[in-house]
Amino acid sequence: MAKKITIEPVTRVEGHGKVTIHMDDKHNVTQARLHIVEFRGFERFVQGRPYWEMPVLVQRLCGICPVSHHLAAAKAVDVIVGAGTGEGLTPTGEKMRRLMHYGQIFQSHALHFFHLVSPDLLLGADADPAIRNVIGVALNFKDLAVQGVMMRKFGQEVILATAGKKIHGTGAIPGGINKNLSAEERDSFLKGADPLNVDKMIAWAQGAVDLFKDYHSKNSEIIDNFSVFPSNHLSLVRKDGAMDLYHGVLRAVDADGKKILNDVDCQDYLKYIGEEVRSWSYMKFPYLKELGKEKGWYTVGPLARLNTADFIPTPLAQKEFEIYKAYTKGKPNNMSMHMHWARLIELLHAGEMIKELVNDPDIMGDNLVTKGTKGREGVGLIEAPRGTLFHHYKINDNDQVVMANLIVSTTNNNEPMNKAVNFVAGKLFTGQSKITEGMMNRVEMAIRAYDPCLSCATHAIGKMPLEVSLVDTNENIIDRMSR
Amino acid sequence: MSELTFFIDNKECKAKKGQTITEAARDNGVYIPTLCDYPGIRPAGTCRICTVKVNGRNMAGCTTPVEEGMIVENKTAELEDMRKAIIEMLFVEGNHMCPTCEKSGNCDLQALGYRYTMMVPRFPYLWPSREIDASMPKIVIDKNRCIQCLRCVRGITTADGKHIFGTLHRGDKTRISADPELVAAMTDEQAQKAMDICPVGAILKREVGFKVPMGKRKYDSAPIGSDIEK
Repeated sequence: MAKKITIEPVTRVEGHGKVTIHMDDKHNVTQARLHIVEFRGFERFVQGRPYWEMPVLVQRLCGICPVSHHLAAAKAVDVIVGAGTGEGLTPTGEKMRRLMHYGQIFQSHALHFFHLVSPDLLLGADADPAIRNVIGVALNFKDLAVQGVMMRKFGQEVILATAGKKIHGTGAIPGGINKNLSAEERDSFLKGADPLNVDKMIAWAQGAVDLFKDYHSKNSEIIDNFSVFPSNHLSLVRKDGAMDLYHGVLRAVDADGKKILNDVDCQDYLKYIGEEVRSWSYMKFPYLKELGKEKGWYTVGPLARLNTADFIPTPLAQKEFEIYKAYTKGKPNNMSMHMHWARLIELLHAGEMIKELVNDPDIMGDNLVTKGTKGREGVGLIEAPRGTLFHHYKINDNDQVVMANLIVSTTNNNEPMNKAVNFVAGKLFTGQSKITEGMMNRVEMAIRAYDPCLSCATHAIGKMPLEVSLVDTNENIIDRMSR
Repeated sequence: MSELTFFIDNKECKAKKGQTITEAARDNGVYIPTLCDYPGIRPAGTCRICTVKVNGRNMAGCTTPVEEGMIVENKTAELEDMRKAIIEMLFVEGNHMCPTCEKSGNCDLQALGYRYTMMVPRFPYLWPSREIDASMPKIVIDKNRCIQCLRCVRGITTADGKHIFGTLHRGDKTRISADPELVAAMTDEQAQKAMDICPVGAILKREVGFKVPMGKRKYDSAPIGSDIEK
């Protein structure tokens, strides 16, 4: 009998989604989908609001990486107030924003690895769900759990010092920033009591990279083959090809490393990126227009960024980047679970960038804001922890927003996440008449690798119980599991 | 000028003749909450949050002059709950989205909400449909946030004394409006004064946004009224 398996909600991700797996009479997987089942509507209800509210208003669509939305919106309104496209700010304005952003990257990546992913790696995909969580990690790997908590705290303190608040601050304003870094704040990051200082954070980030490499060396068969499929990859890169998570040009490469989007200006993104709507999900499916809907989908986030960038402009992360690239002989990495490796290298890079920025005298300057000739439209792109984030606004003569287009990082990863779900479900469920908790968790692990923030694309507060139903094609429930 | 003696919650206070209860209370280190009252403009008694009991009768403290020997009740459980109810009514009657309002941290209504530990209003939200008037060169009026206190109507005038703001309609349909010619001729200073006199985020000087960082805003470090209380 044909069956439909539903995993709802998907756990240990930000937000609310569900997976459905359809199987035919012979237990072959015929279709597997990640559904985003909630609707947000920010693009509509910001209409009519004054443009200068956007950085503070739109960030409210997320409590996980609001800084990314705050800064992407600020970059878009920078263009509107004539402050340039990411490079026209005062040194203090730009560096404070960068510091805010790298604080966000640092805390978000630490949260994802230590809180959300490490239970799968350290305790095992088949471990009892009652202990396969951050509490289980804290009980069994106390030092690591402490590192995870303190690294997140450090990143949040950086955000507090730059944005005014750890979540939903107001630091970035049109054309710049509303405060500089005080000497006291600078010293707290450089010489803070152990462990809350940047040198310890960099050491711990290096330790996290080493931890993953060690795990990988012992489990390479699982990690490398868990979910692997050819993908295009897209991200911002600095004009010289360096990784730059705050600003750059848009670059995309295909699964073999060939450039398919050659360092184009972010303001022109609509020439290159399209969005498809499918009836079964509230999340759109972006694609590269030149390649079309079928072949133009792409991956964003750490895996993509390490595939598009030529190098990382900080020494420790660059060293790890070289090891990482050598593993695939310089070719793009298409292994979903290597996203964790790439993310930890970025964590290390973020720590190094925080140190560099905090030591820069410009960060304590007084010239905070710049403005020029006003326009009526602006685009702001940033590399959020989960990938490229697009904000685009148009305003009328009264300064009111008349159009907003947001392509959220997780939205960009919609198709790759569906591919990963298909890959894992096809591999694990084919020929199986009985589902196990461990099998379901592996499907979630594939999604978890992308660190999706479904709440950015949806509107749910993620309770995290899991209920799985086995139903026939007439939607009759055959079997049900819950935890 | 003769000095009057009166009592607020049994505390002996002194007042100058002609002073209102709220004015005299301030001078004596007693905080009586106000919203529509503002130094330098004629009191109107529109919001009633300053209601006190005078000789057992409810009176608006901002419009009632002190009299010799007056007995004023201020911080009783009944009055404090009534004030909290007024704050809650003001919140549910408009569309007050503090998290994204640029007046947050400088807003008297929000500060009173915090002072009175407002959690969930006892009244249902009305979610009225209100417009934003962004057609004026110096200011934006967001009617979602207006509490009709009339501070702008009373306090913002041109150099020759003409009122720039006025009201339209009556009762719960009352809306603030601006004279098109006078508002078009507003100076930056007048626009700033209008933004400052508005106790909420209804009148905004254009393109100011969130220039004051968190931690430096009016009510970031101390609750409203704490500068008066001794």
